[in-house]
Amino acid sequence: MIVEIGHFALVLAFAAALAQTIMPFWGARLGDIGLMNVGRNAALMQLALIAVAFAALVNAHLTSDFSVLNVAENSNVAMPAIYKISGVWGNHEGSMLLWVLILAIFGALVALFGRELPVKLRADALAVQGLISLAFLAFILLTSNPFERLAPAPFEGRDLNPILQDPGLAIHPPLLYLGYVGFSIVYSFAAAALIEGRIDAAWARFVRPFTLVAWSFLTLGIAAGSFWAYYTLGWGGFWFWDPVENASLMPWLAGTAFVHSVAVMEKRDALKVWTIFLAILAFSFSLLGTFLVRSGVLTSVHAFANDPRRGVFILAILVMFICGSFALFAWRAPMLKQGGLFAPVSREGALVVNNLLLTTACVTVLFGTLYPLALEQLTGEKITVGAPFFNLTCGVLLLTACFAAPFGFSLAWKRGDLLGVVQRLAFAIIIGAVTAIVGAAWLSGAPLFAPLAMGLAIFVIIGTLIEVFTRAWRPGLSAGVALKRTLGLPLSFFGGALAHLGLGVTLLGLSGLGFGAETVATLHKGVPALVGPYSVTLDSVGEQLGPNYKESVASVTVRSGDSVVAQLEPARRQFASRQMTTTQAGLATLDFGQVYVAIADPAPDGSVPARLYWKPLVTLIWLGAAAMAFGGVLSLTDRRLRFGVAVRAKANARPLAQPAE
Amino acid sequence: MTWLRNPFSLGEKVAGETRRMREPRQSHGRASRANPHPNPSPVGEGKKGKLLLVLALLATLAGPALAVQPDEVMKDPALETRARTLSSELRCLVCQNESIDDSEAPLARDIRVLIRERIGKGESNDSVRAYLVSRYGDFILLKPPFKPETLLLWLSPVLVLSLGLGAALFAYRRAPSITPRLSADEEARLAALTGHDVSGPH
Repeated sequence: MIVEIGHFALVLAFAAALAQTIMPFWGARLGDIGLMNVGRNAALMQLALIAVAFAALVNAHLTSDFSVLNVAENSNVAMPAIYKISGVWGNHEGSMLLWVLILAIFGALVALFGRELPVKLRADALAVQGLISLAFLAFILLTSNPFERLAPAPFEGRDLNPILQDPGLAIHPPLLYLGYVGFSIVYSFAAAALIEGRIDAAWARFVRPFTLVAWSFLTLGIAAGSFWAYYTLGWGGFWFWDPVENASLMPWLAGTAFVHSVAVMEKRDALKVWTIFLAILAFSFSLLGTFLVRSGVLTSVHAFANDPRRGVFILAILVMFICGSFALFAWRAPMLKQGGLFAPVSREGALVVNNLLLTTACVTVLFGTLYPLALEQLTGEKITVGAPFFNLTCGVLLLTACFAAPFGFSLAWKRGDLLGVVQRLAFAIIIGAVTAIVGAAWLSGAPLFAPLAMGLAIFVIIGTLIEVFTRAWRPGLSAGVALKRTLGLPLSFFGGALAHLGLGVTLLGLSGLGFGAETVATLHKGVPALVGPYSVTLDSVGEQLGPNYKESVASVTVRSGDSVVAQLEPARRQFASRQMTTTQAGLATLDFGQVYVAIADPAPDGSVPARLYWKPLVTLIWLGAAAMAFGGVLSLTDRRLRFGVAVRAKANARPLAQPAE
Repeated sequence: MTWLRNPFSLGEKVAGETRRMREPRQSHGRASRANPHPNPSPVGEGKKGKLLLVLALLATLAGPALAVQPDEVMKDPALETRARTLSSELRCLVCQNESIDDSEAPLARDIRVLIRERIGKGESNDSVRAYLVSRYGDFILLKPPFKPETLLLWLSPVLVLSLGLGAALFAYRRAPSITPRLSADEEARLAALTGHDVSGPH
């Protein structure tokens, strides 16, 4: 019964989305305030209904209701409760439901906090948001119904794929979707601005918090996914340029460009048309990512052709929203009034460079991801575009962007003094160059990426700190005044600084890879195997029973010289329900590096084949990403950007004004 | 296998699985073994029967556990480094975007062993690579070769960047100058006021 209520709520949500699409739009054309305000209520109603549907599905999974097909295929009684819940979005239907839930959350946020917006803009934005919901709800209801019943109900479910039985599943997809889908708001506002043919700094001010929220979540989501891959795949890789990863990287690159250009628009009223273009682009890439992952086209073109229903549906949604918005853009953008002028050497100019590089990287990823598919369709020839291609092309583009970052951060608005900035950054440049040279000498003969990236990382970190310092302190100022000046700086400045620092830290983590070590060896009891500065010794091998798996566990000791630094228990887990085996790597964090031990199935004689890694600085990759995301959040809490500031300011102003009358 | 195990590919479809088993070019009769794990994904509609068959087949085949196995490693560290470099540039033919160096698939292992045999016999990396390309086509190279068919791919970053630069330049040229130049008359007045020659560009 609860399941049917969920299904019904989803149908009602479709109706609410329909109302949200048509009525505010119509109202905006007629200038009817009442009709425009329907959009807000419809958005809230839609969220409530989708929440009911989602709760119903969660309930079915939690109670192991195997009469629901989705539960029977992706759940199991023996599974721990947390995986029963995260299993809700560990499959196609459930993840699409999460997708529309988050879409509705963002729509409701606009409805709730958009009070100071121009009524018409809000109505149009909500209508566009409603249209997106409408399309995806139709997709779920028509092709991917999570509430489909199964009769007779099986006695036991098929179990969730063991790879997904990991806390990573509880964290990664929701974060990623909050990012992906968050860009829909930006898209809706861009479309609304185009419909109105008017756009200004106020638009940017309202859109920016949503952008920052989406971008921060996307950053965290990608980082969480990469860390999950890192510890679960058994060989310590964390980024594979896999099409599915590329699908999440493209919106991130476009979104990062957008975060920068919207700052220009807000501060200087410049780059309007370009910002709108990026807003459309960012969400288009989100949609493209959804299509790539959900249609099966990536696994192979043939898989897509075998079962084209879902793929074609999403493709239709994709084409409708991308083509529709770009057509609107082509028609309306020339009408937008250009604002703020600037010299090429200025912060605006630097942000244009940033945008050019990021967008080019984004398009390169797009080409690399889709080229093999297109070539096979056109000529029948099969090629592979893998990591070496992306490392080369995107590597060059993104490292250049990193190099430009401290310069852009230090340049003044409108017209900058490049020579002055270079002088200020001289210290950072020198330290960075020395690091790179020393690193290259240390690694003599190895590829130059690692030392180069390390030098660059040091340059970015020190360069950013110099700018913070310069803002706070001038020669002759006392420490107290400097502190006061520091505290007086806007939070968005610290947000930006933290994000750039995070970028430097991530880059430093990446550069550490070149200084690592790897050993492939069969571990025998008591015989140490060397990896980098550490040695790993096998102590014992045992068997353990988990709630729904059996595992072979190797106990190993990591030593530095003679002193023990860590005890690890890498394992192989066998899941009977799906006849699958997963690798549980043993990880020891030593400073910022990690010793990584992954084992294969133990041999009968008690020896264990293993891969051992020493990965210096590796944790910095994710710490840096967390810093970037936190920078975004910090920027968000800036007073200027807080939701409803204008309303509260007005409310506070009133009592003061009265006595004067 | 990355495509299976990568967290980013949650819930991919099973259709690829069934196809791979049927497709002769990739499989050489062992693709089914190449994947020790059944697909994580929801059942494609109408495919349940086929899926069960696949699962049953897969269930009977035990998979290996690690990518490069200790017994594969060559004695000479220099040659082993060469073998590792080469195998990180080659695609595991039955996985998605995974190098044979990282893959657990038996076919990947076979190619790793083959590479080491050939390198052991004194062949250069280029000649081993050429041999593998002659056998499997460009598909095996993770880095696509530079040839007419891939021209657009390789040039895309340059093209897009120059297009963007061109557009930026065009927009900048078209925008009115940030500070209008002073007229000759104004310049003369300014020079008179400041006592300097200020006719230089801004």
